[in-house]
Amino acid sequence: MRRAGLWIGVVLVAVVILAALVSLVWTPYDPLQIQPAQTLQPASWRHLLGTDGFGIDILSRLLVGARTTVYVGVVAVSLAALGGVPLGVLAGMRGGWVSEIVLRVSDILYAFPALLLAILLAAAVGASTGTAMVAIGIASIPAFARVARAATLIVMTQDYILAARASGTSRWIVSVRHVLPNIAAVLGVQASVSFGIAILAEAALSYLGLATPPPTPTWGRMLHDAQTYIFTSPIQALWPGLAIALSVLGLNLLGDGLRDHLDPRLREAA
Amino acid sequence: MSPLLEVTDLRIAFGRSRREVVHGASFSLEPGERLGLIGESGSGKTVTALAVMGLLAENAYVSGSIRLAGRELVGLRDSELAPLRGDLMSMVFQEPMTALDPTMPVGRQVAEVLLLHQNLGHGVARGRVLEVLAEVGLEDPERVADAYPHALSGGQRQRVVVAMALINRPDLVICDEPTTALDVTVQAKVLNLLDTELEAVGASCLFISHDLAVVSQLCERVLVMLDGDLVEQGTMAQVFNAPNHPYTRGLVATARLDAVAPGERLPTVEDFYERPGRR
Repeated sequence: MRRAGLWIGVVLVAVVILAALVSLVWTPYDPLQIQPAQTLQPASWRHLLGTDGFGIDILSRLLVGARTTVYVGVVAVSLAALGGVPLGVLAGMRGGWVSEIVLRVSDILYAFPALLLAILLAAAVGASTGTAMVAIGIASIPAFARVARAATLIVMTQDYILAARASGTSRWIVSVRHVLPNIAAVLGVQASVSFGIAILAEAALSYLGLATPPPTPTWGRMLHDAQTYIFTSPIQALWPGLAIALSVLGLNLLGDGLRDHLDPRLREAA
Repeated sequence: MSPLLEVTDLRIAFGRSRREVVHGASFSLEPGERLGLIGESGSGKTVTALAVMGLLAENAYVSGSIRLAGRELVGLRDSELAPLRGDLMSMVFQEPMTALDPTMPVGRQVAEVLLLHQNLGHGVARGRVLEVLAEVGLEDPERVADAYPHALSGGQRQRVVVAMALINRPDLVICDEPTTALDVTVQAKVLNLLDTELEAVGASCLFISHDLAVVSQLCERVLVMLDGDLVEQGTMAQVFNAPNHPYTRGLVATARLDAVAPGERLPTVEDFYERPGRR
């Protein structure tokens, strides 16, 4: 059963990534070309998911939207990991006041929702894919810092760290060669969970017009556009909504599954 | 000849309340000598060893003097101590299961110790690692070097740990209960290995154990530690034949179970030494 969750997660995430890759080379129709004669078509063999209010093929827009979603997610999670992991490892290895400062700063960052940060950034430099990535990335730093710190604390109690230090390895080299590889699994789980959160945040931001500007299709904007037809053609909102929900679900299942898979106690029980 | 390691009035305290766990220990170790350090869990023997290595946690306060080859170690910064560790002095740990990094082939871990202290090419280092792995009695060193710790047995792992400690031919090797986690037959093999390897390298050894019988196989002299005090020190023969402190008498009696007549109750340390303030 637990295995099933992991595999469903893997498949869902693979579909999203595949969609993003496919959109780079092929989409059924031009995702930007407005077709006034084709508006609000139902699903058919010509348009598998129908067309939207501009007469654009919804499947094409979904595929291109996946690209933005994956792009924002990857960059935001990388930013968060690059910022949070060194801080967390530092806090875990040094303890004392260093740890206190890192924890308090991450508390302060926690208090700032990604949305607020994105509004601030959009007001300052204008809404773009970049501001969304930076806002989501910064907002995800504290989660990485805390997870990295907790994992580092556990690793630091292990004899091999003491053995490495007893061999004359400096703290810096210990952190890179012995701490990071041993907390990588936990960080991988955190990355997949954060990726899911980033997708949700990106959709929310582009729904509000605080992320990628038009005409580039994003799932959030598709949801926003579909709002106009919510009573006449509710199926319009279903497709981007489903895409967002399934990819977030996939990433969470993947994260949970990975955690169970990597936890030796649970593995033995299986 | 001046002693290799000279510890004078070593005091170690922890935390804000500065609770003292080692109360003024003094001992010395000649070049090439093997000194046993015996005591029960919590008596301060491991803490003493870590103090010599400079590996105590940051909330530890060390006072007194630790001189290694004439050089004062107490008060040195970590960056000054690190070059000495693994080169002049090294350590063999108790748990071979946890003393090796599970994410790294053991050959690379041994090579790391070598490359930290000597400027060698990777090819040369690899050759030297295989040599040392063979020296510590590992068959098929090529295969062992590329294996991850989980793929090796406890005895094999402890041999790798010994190889790590000896590869730079240190002057002082601290063994912290190196055989406690091994079963008895492997224990004897690892003790023999330590015996020959220490001899070959010409290293002094501070051998920590709670087992007088194990220490007597390897060491010429022995220290007995009790609740942070050194209560007895002398040659193996002195301690066995004429122990001064009642606690030592208890240890000797429990190490000589063969002297107990069949059917009689086995002796315990408490028969000889009633700990003050014990509930």
